[in-house]
Amino acid sequence: MSATGIGAAVRRKEDFRFVTGSGQYTDDVVRPGETRAVFVRSPHAHAKIKSIDVGAARKMPGVVDVLTGAQLATDKIGNLICGWMIHSKDGSPMKMAPHPALAAAKVNCVGDAVAVVIAETYEQGRDAAEKVKVDYDVLTAVVDPAKAQAPGAPQIHADIANNTIYQWHLGDAKATAAAFAAAAHVTKLDIVNNRLVPNAMEPRAALAEYDVGTDNLTLWNTSQNPHVARLVIAAFVGMAPEHKLRVIAPDVGGGFGSKIFIYPEEVVCLWAARKVRRPVKWTCDRSEAFLTDCHGRDHVTHAELALDAQGKILALRAKTIANLGAYMSTFSSSVPTYLYATLLSGQYDIPSIYCEVDAVYTNTAPVDAYRGAGRPEATFVVERLVEVAARQMKIEPADLRKRNFIKTFPHQTPVIMAYDAGDYHASLKKALEIADVKGFAKRKRDAVRHGKLRGLGFSTYIEACGIAPSQAVGSLGAGVGLWESAEVRVNPTGSVEVLTGCHAHGQGHETTFAQLVSERLGIPFENISIVHGDTDKVQFGMGTYGSRSAAVGMSAIVKALDKVEAKAKKVAAHLLEAAEGDIEFKDGKFTVAGTDKQAAWGDVALNAYIAHKFTGQELEPGLKETSFYDPTNFTFPAGCHICEVEVDIDTGKTDIVNWTAVDDFGTIINPMIVEGQVHGGIAQGIGQALLEGAVYDKSGQLVTGSMMDYTMPRAHDLPSFHVGMTETKSPSNPLGVKGCGEAGAIAAPAAVINAITDAIGTEDLAMPATANAVWSALKRATPRQAA
Amino acid sequence: MYNFTFHRPTTVRQAAGLLARNPEAKLLAGGHSLIPVMKQRLAQPSALIDLSLVEGLTGVEQKGRSIVIGAMTRHADAAISPVLQQALPGLAAVPAAVGDPQVRNRGTIGGSVANNDPNADYPAAVLGLGATIITNKRRIAADDFFTGMFSTALEDGEIIVKISFPIAKKAAYEKFKHPASGFALVGVFVSKRGADIRVAVTGAGSNGVFRVKSFEEALKKRFAAKSLEGMTIPATGMNSDIHASAEYRAHLVGVLARRALAKATA
Repeated sequence: MSATGIGAAVRRKEDFRFVTGSGQYTDDVVRPGETRAVFVRSPHAHAKIKSIDVGAARKMPGVVDVLTGAQLATDKIGNLICGWMIHSKDGSPMKMAPHPALAAAKVNCVGDAVAVVIAETYEQGRDAAEKVKVDYDVLTAVVDPAKAQAPGAPQIHADIANNTIYQWHLGDAKATAAAFAAAAHVTKLDIVNNRLVPNAMEPRAALAEYDVGTDNLTLWNTSQNPHVARLVIAAFVGMAPEHKLRVIAPDVGGGFGSKIFIYPEEVVCLWAARKVRRPVKWTCDRSEAFLTDCHGRDHVTHAELALDAQGKILALRAKTIANLGAYMSTFSSSVPTYLYATLLSGQYDIPSIYCEVDAVYTNTAPVDAYRGAGRPEATFVVERLVEVAARQMKIEPADLRKRNFIKTFPHQTPVIMAYDAGDYHASLKKALEIADVKGFAKRKRDAVRHGKLRGLGFSTYIEACGIAPSQAVGSLGAGVGLWESAEVRVNPTGSVEVLTGCHAHGQGHETTFAQLVSERLGIPFENISIVHGDTDKVQFGMGTYGSRSAAVGMSAIVKALDKVEAKAKKVAAHLLEAAEGDIEFKDGKFTVAGTDKQAAWGDVALNAYIAHKFTGQELEPGLKETSFYDPTNFTFPAGCHICEVEVDIDTGKTDIVNWTAVDDFGTIINPMIVEGQVHGGIAQGIGQALLEGAVYDKSGQLVTGSMMDYTMPRAHDLPSFHVGMTETKSPSNPLGVKGCGEAGAIAAPAAVINAITDAIGTEDLAMPATANAVWSALKRATPRQAA
Repeated sequence: MYNFTFHRPTTVRQAAGLLARNPEAKLLAGGHSLIPVMKQRLAQPSALIDLSLVEGLTGVEQKGRSIVIGAMTRHADAAISPVLQQALPGLAAVPAAVGDPQVRNRGTIGGSVANNDPNADYPAAVLGLGATIITNKRRIAADDFFTGMFSTALEDGEIIVKISFPIAKKAAYEKFKHPASGFALVGVFVSKRGADIRVAVTGAGSNGVFRVKSFEEALKKRFAAKSLEGMTIPATGMNSDIHASAEYRAHLVGVLARRALAKATA
């Protein structure tokens, strides 16, 4: 392993500009004559718009224009769409309600934009926005997914009965029912997977510019996938032809999924920029972000696990209601279906699984993918069921897991997925050692003496990453392919630029992708640049989400590097006057087998461009290759997290005293970055379990609308994590990588809740397990019999 | 934020004059409550009168049997004051427990007490020690000062100059932090100075800071956690929100009072 190659803990190249404040985020981009957009948003969760009067606002100082949804319709700007078709059990397609970028007739959640002020300055825009008079006819709202389908519930969208988007299912209902009928033990749980607000550090932003001379539109925005944004805005919204629209996603300060989607504000900025013939910028403030960023999770589930008398799992079934909010966001439909139910087999050999999912509209912010997207929800269902079943059957939770682990690969689950590789015993064994589970009983006894209840919770999770084989996802309803692209450009001096269709918003691609190139070409790490995020520079790409950039994006780079190496060998053959088949390439040098003739990488690169050693008939000049890589399977990162907690009996406050994470991510490119991803993921998972929860009141007002009420995890809420690795390489991609970006957020919530419920002796505890919630659960509890 | 005029007086008299001439003006101390609501356009003062350049409003001093803290003394400075740590460490723990480092480095005792946020820490100490609030016009006893949520005995044009705390032999503060905001979900300050025994609670009461007379009575026999064993206060009159029910807050008052007593008598 070289100092900057695969497996080296290289410091992140990009951090210098981030930590010195010299990054360039969308809001940092300033265009001549720039104006500011300020949105007028609905204060009501559900209301008809009777009238909008923009007269007074137009007269305010600094106002350039005030635009409404009616004008948007007149200009034939199309609706936002959801790009993944889900069919109900009865074969009918999902019911996608119109989602205009500015509401014209009706608002369906607090924060729905009804007008936009374009002004010289932000403050002038704010002043004018207050003068827009909107007359609403307020309607009754519904916010609780469990109540959205009830007879008499307010109907949010015309022609969509019971607010039901689809009633989907997966698996074999009959076989599952038969297994339950024959089971010796059945564990049942009612689970609420709490709604989360993503809260990336950089709020969303958009800057649109129209060039009158060329009729081109440019959009700078906070996107995880600028090409997909361009495609949707061109082909579906109909803003401009694809080739007349450039989308640039410069430095982006975190996404966690929330910046995958196409939002109303960027559409409005583009439209307005062309109307007012000046650049239009919008930068979200934190209060707007709470209301309008797509939220995550929000499932209500009844789940059951059937086991035989020896603790062998026979079947699992789940019935979930998923809240998709007021409108269907870009990929919302896929999250509670193909990203959720397909993972309900966990790490276990389960013969039968049946899952039903109803997706519903409510008068809340749209819900879409958020770190883990469906897989945290699935893991929470599986790992809570298994833990509770073990307690009920008086089997050690680790033992019950061992009895049911999948041991041979490939393994076909009853819910689509074919796991390609893994060793679940290995990660459990290592985690048990690191967590000193043997010493837990003594620690528990000691804690009681200090008024504390200790608990231990496991989460042996699995996820499907590296999304995904295009044909497979196409057959499941995806509107796009999920391959990735790369172009490797070798310059005449031998330095290299890699243009990737991935997008980095915190992941460290500029470092890890360069490590791959440094390893393969044997050239210095600093001679490699990674270019991403600009549709005018980079070939079409699918972007970054779902822990896909290593498994899919780097695989594309590998394929392009293969082509570069093959071409370079041809150049070297001419340069060294040898047969192409005799050229060997290693450590940045080309040699001729059996001789001492050699050429350095830089000589070959230069000769590829000066083209003095070969004719155009023999070889094309230049050294630049492209690859579009379509994966053959998902990858399946998996591992074991063990959480140890102490609960203060008097206050109910939980302290996480020990955290062990043993993960199998396949080949590790940069262990430091992987560890950072694991830490961040666990922090978000602990946040969900202990602290975070978006709460709407009955009228649809977001009660947790700021950092004063929505509890983000802080450093002092978290312990030092003990992180370990095991490794089984993924056979489904050339590097053997699996992906690590979401694992912590997927594994952690179940581990925390399993630990707290172990401590307090009752399963009756919902997330977030605040001190008040734990104290109340303790009060309600009848202590479990000591084993 | 709406436009406003900004004044920087250098004496209390100037500040009072500006306040008299600008009825819609607000005094700016640390600004950590006022500026956020202005940014959200929920407050629209015509003018801000910044007290940070006013002379003589900062510092912690011992004067006889009292500790006197200037109104513009920042929480971070009060928390590390050697005078305070020596004479009344139970009070030093209060500014140390406020919010986060940013708030502690800007926020002031005068701003906190004048704002009387029902979840703020300092009101518990002011009431729990029987302090005296000294303004440009008069001296106000703590028991008369806090008149309800965000409401005090301060009159128009009145500016807090300093606060005088009697040095109690035993005093301690115990706080259960609001997980999101860092304010007190519940905070209890206990003190004993001769026969004067006080238990003051912030965060819990729907009418702001209050004393728990039943606890104070019980502590007259013996100033110790054991005296409050099994004692609770009723949930009526407690705040209830998504973070804590009234019942839970009432329960925490008992728990934190016992913990504060254990600290004060350790």
